[in-house]
Amino acid sequence: MADLVVPSLSVRDARIAFDGHLVAERLSFDMPAGRTTCLLGRSGVGKTSLLRHLAGLLPDTARAAPLAYMAQQDRLLPWLSVLDNVLLGYRLRGDDAARRAAEPRARALLAEVGLGDRLSALPRTLSGGMRQRAALARTLCEDRPVILMDEPFAHLDAVTRLDLQDLAVRLLAGRTAVLVTHDPLEALRVGHEVRVLHGSPFTVGQAIVPPGPAPRDPGDPALLALQAQLIRDLRGIA
Amino acid sequence: MRPLITALGLLVAWELLVRLTRVPPYILPPPSRVASVLIDRFDLLLEQALWTGAEMILGLVLGLVLGSALAVVFAASAGWRRWALPLVIVSQAIPVIAVAPLLVLWLGYGMASKVAMAALVIFFPVVSSLYDGLRRTDEGWLELARTMDAPPRAILLQIKLPAALPAFASGARIAAAVAPIGAVIGEWVGASAGLGYLMTQQLARGQTPLAFAALFVLCLLGLGLYTATDRLLRRLVPWQSFQGD
Repeated sequence: MADLVVPSLSVRDARIAFDGHLVAERLSFDMPAGRTTCLLGRSGVGKTSLLRHLAGLLPDTARAAPLAYMAQQDRLLPWLSVLDNVLLGYRLRGDDAARRAAEPRARALLAEVGLGDRLSALPRTLSGGMRQRAALARTLCEDRPVILMDEPFAHLDAVTRLDLQDLAVRLLAGRTAVLVTHDPLEALRVGHEVRVLHGSPFTVGQAIVPPGPAPRDPGDPALLALQAQLIRDLRGIA
Repeated sequence: MRPLITALGLLVAWELLVRLTRVPPYILPPPSRVASVLIDRFDLLLEQALWTGAEMILGLVLGLVLGSALAVVFAASAGWRRWALPLVIVSQAIPVIAVAPLLVLWLGYGMASKVAMAALVIFFPVVSSLYDGLRRTDEGWLELARTMDAPPRAILLQIKLPAALPAFASGARIAAAVAPIGAVIGEWVGASAGLGYLMTQQLARGQTPLAFAALFVLCLLGLGLYTATDRLLRRLVPWQSFQGD
């Protein structure tokens, strides 16, 4: 981490289309370096397309920087153990020396996400929350300066989601992270900045900066007031 | 246990039918007669079964290896796909039985023509199931691999191929079930040994009970091959859970 140059991310006059359908046009905004930006929007507004645009996964797009991508589904390979899944990037790149060097970190990350005793378990023996935690460990094990997350906790129960948000805040510290979500409270708990996406084609709203350090207390009245405002925003215009 | 009872019931019905209708044994021998031949001629049957079994296993292995290799080549190379895949599909329009005499002509009466025949029969289900599996890799895994800067070769070998193993297993099970057909057709057309050869020979001589005994051993052989293949495949794909297990 120390030797990583952490860049900011910018979208400049971007046109994003998905399946021939225009999602956004002339889109420009910045995401600050070393911070977590939460992009909030209703289902279908185009959040995932924007994230895929940033990741260089859409046709004719290039990614801005070396990055790690975490999707809504855990995407663990069912034939690999938890530890091997976390080291997947190193396995795929075929760099054995780098893999051996990364293994202690993979073990440490798995211990941090509470899977230290399940290193050799196959994914199907894990619960949904454990699988998503393993996916989080895999994403961070890539050790990239930029991390993109697409509703990573959407499928989890409320309490597990809160736990994982806390964990993500701790582990994402110092990296440029973009987290897409439809949950206003999640955006407010985790993000240094929150931006609301609305309209079709969508536009990106002004950065909202929630008070205090993340992860924020979900019972904090200031946070709840902001949440109410965001919900009005999402309802009224989108 | 239940299928065993069903089989036993069918055997009793067969025995009764033969006794009541007094069909001559060279038309339809009763199970009791077949059983006694099975015991009396056990040495002969075992010898022929080993021969046919070897043909089946060699044919199965050859077909699996060639079929898998071609499926991987098709998945990896658009050129091969365009030039050779249509040929593989069209080749299935040729009835295998019609090719059998040619194989005997080219490869002789020995084991080679039967192995080739069995390999030919199972080749297509293996190619098509594995190729299909290789094309249906979960898009999410491929995307993940791309964001990890995985080279295409690693994506094929470490993601597409293991992900296609359950599909390959379906094809390999079909292959194990039809491999005996290839071997026996080969023996019918021209052979000097094997259970299929023994059957045609004994039927021509009116020794129907021995032919039935050979058929029974052939069934056991096919069943054994299928069961063994199924066990191996389950070990190959331990992450797959089967519904109804």
